[in-house]
Amino acid sequence: MRRIQAREEVCIGCRLCEVYCLVEHSRSRDIVKAYKRERAQAFSRVRVQEEGALSFALQCRHCEEPYCAYACLTGALQRDEETGQVRFDAERCMGCWTCILVCPYGVPERDPSGRRVAPRCDLCPEREVPVCVANCPNEALRLVEDAS
Amino acid sequence: MTRYVIVGNSAGGIGAAEAIREVDRESPVTIISEEEYLAYSRPLISEYLAGEKSLREMLYRDEGFYARRRIETRLGQRVQRVNPDGWLELASGERLEWDRLILATGGRPIVPPMAGRELKGVYTFTTLGDAQALARALVGSKRVVVVGGGLIGLSVTEALVKRGMRVHLVELKDRVLSLVLDEVASRLVEERLLQAGVDVLTGLSVEAVLPRASNPDQVGAVALSDGRELGCDLVVVAIGVAPRTELAMTAGLQVNRGIVVDRRMATSVPGIYACGDAAEAYDFLLDANRVVPIWPSAYLGGRVAGLNAAGRPREYPGGTSMNSLNYFGLCVASAGDLGTNGHAGLETITRGAERGRYRKVVLRDDRVVGFVMAGEVEPAGLLLGLMRDGVPVRGFEKALASEDFHLIALPASLRRERLNKLPAVGGNDLPW
Repeated sequence: MRRIQAREEVCIGCRLCEVYCLVEHSRSRDIVKAYKRERAQAFSRVRVQEEGALSFALQCRHCEEPYCAYACLTGALQRDEETGQVRFDAERCMGCWTCILVCPYGVPERDPSGRRVAPRCDLCPEREVPVCVANCPNEALRLVEDAS
Repeated sequence: MTRYVIVGNSAGGIGAAEAIREVDRESPVTIISEEEYLAYSRPLISEYLAGEKSLREMLYRDEGFYARRRIETRLGQRVQRVNPDGWLELASGERLEWDRLILATGGRPIVPPMAGRELKGVYTFTTLGDAQALARALVGSKRVVVVGGGLIGLSVTEALVKRGMRVHLVELKDRVLSLVLDEVASRLVEERLLQAGVDVLTGLSVEAVLPRASNPDQVGAVALSDGRELGCDLVVVAIGVAPRTELAMTAGLQVNRGIVVDRRMATSVPGIYACGDAAEAYDFLLDANRVVPIWPSAYLGGRVAGLNAAGRPREYPGGTSMNSLNYFGLCVASAGDLGTNGHAGLETITRGAERGRYRKVVLRDDRVVGFVMAGEVEPAGLLLGLMRDGVPVRGFEKALASEDFHLIALPASLRRERLNKLPAVGGNDLPW
């Protein structure tokens, strides 16, 4: 299972991960169009948290025991049988926010419509390395593999 | 080979079945359910009643789920009794043998022994069948009395309003959602109810359901505890659910309020496990067993029951009372001790109800023991995590109520632990 790990000691808070993530998950995949025209639908699944000099980027951790998926009232969140990732089906989300209630990392958030939870990190399935990791200038996001 | 039989096809039963299949891909797994449907999301029955979702859109797992995992289903079949020596009998008389049995029999709606409860037009609201029956009854109806201002009462009220009904909501306590919210948050929900045109009647109960003058088999009104009569076409009783323990009793299992289980979700009889609304399982806040009839605990308890049944020992980390919901566009979330029961030694940190947003965090001995929020929900997961782990919060307690409470606000050691520990690698620890 691939996971992304944040390293607060080297994060410079540049938020390039957010920019790349938003563009990657936009329809046009064009930075100008994505930011200018698609902001209602396209948004970053990674968030940089910042306090003074400290910062780090955080996205869904794809927990091995994903309580969000266990707690989901509708089945919109499920762990993929094959990849082990937590998958989100927006059509099935009722906007109860139980996933937000149970994530100990505080990762899930409401989407801009306020009716569903926001789509989460999908580890960039079309790429060998997720764009946030690939484009981090200081290796503050790392891709790690574990045995599970 | 181990023959697994699961009674119940909702959150607990599915949690158990998925867990069993993670460990044991070969042995036969059978799910028996009284209901004739594939597993569906019970919380969505209000959207079904509102006409917003079909059964297909309510399915908890996709249609190929059972076949892919080679789970045999016996839907629309009722178990008559369970013999602790490894077999059970269906209502049809057929016998099924099991090596491991999981009881995920759920809860049954409580209907108080009031006069007139047998009249046509009196409904409960916990299953899709209930929602279908109620949906049919709405045709030609205008006024509905909902008895009970709890989670189910409010869900059905919202659906009824969407269907154009005039709803009278009768709640015995002096406010709605009194078990899951504090006074401030209850008032915010009540404001939304009033805006939506709901007649909120608190501090009252329904003493009797009265027949219609023109048709004595049919509901015509309810008699309230203050002597008033309230005309209506339908009554929905939503005062809670009680664990369904009758099957457990036939097997001689230890039953208290619910089926008593240990931390492995094992009952008093070897080979039989129980979970969900039927079980009396561990509550981490109480440090004791109790019935916590909520979906997340049902799934997780079912998962732990399934893992243990399949020979992978796991402890149920425990659930506690917690809910997150959305009523008439207002989101509310809470968990644990809400500071409303007058327990000694509690300290509260609140953030005002300005702009419809409210948060209260309840501390005891320097630790989070509960919280309530309305109009926001994002920091709830961090708070629940601190609560579950019993983290001392002295020094950063102010952050708990700040608008911008994120992982970064936690003390360095705790933050790094949360950030660096890859979650539950190896599957040895469950998140709760």
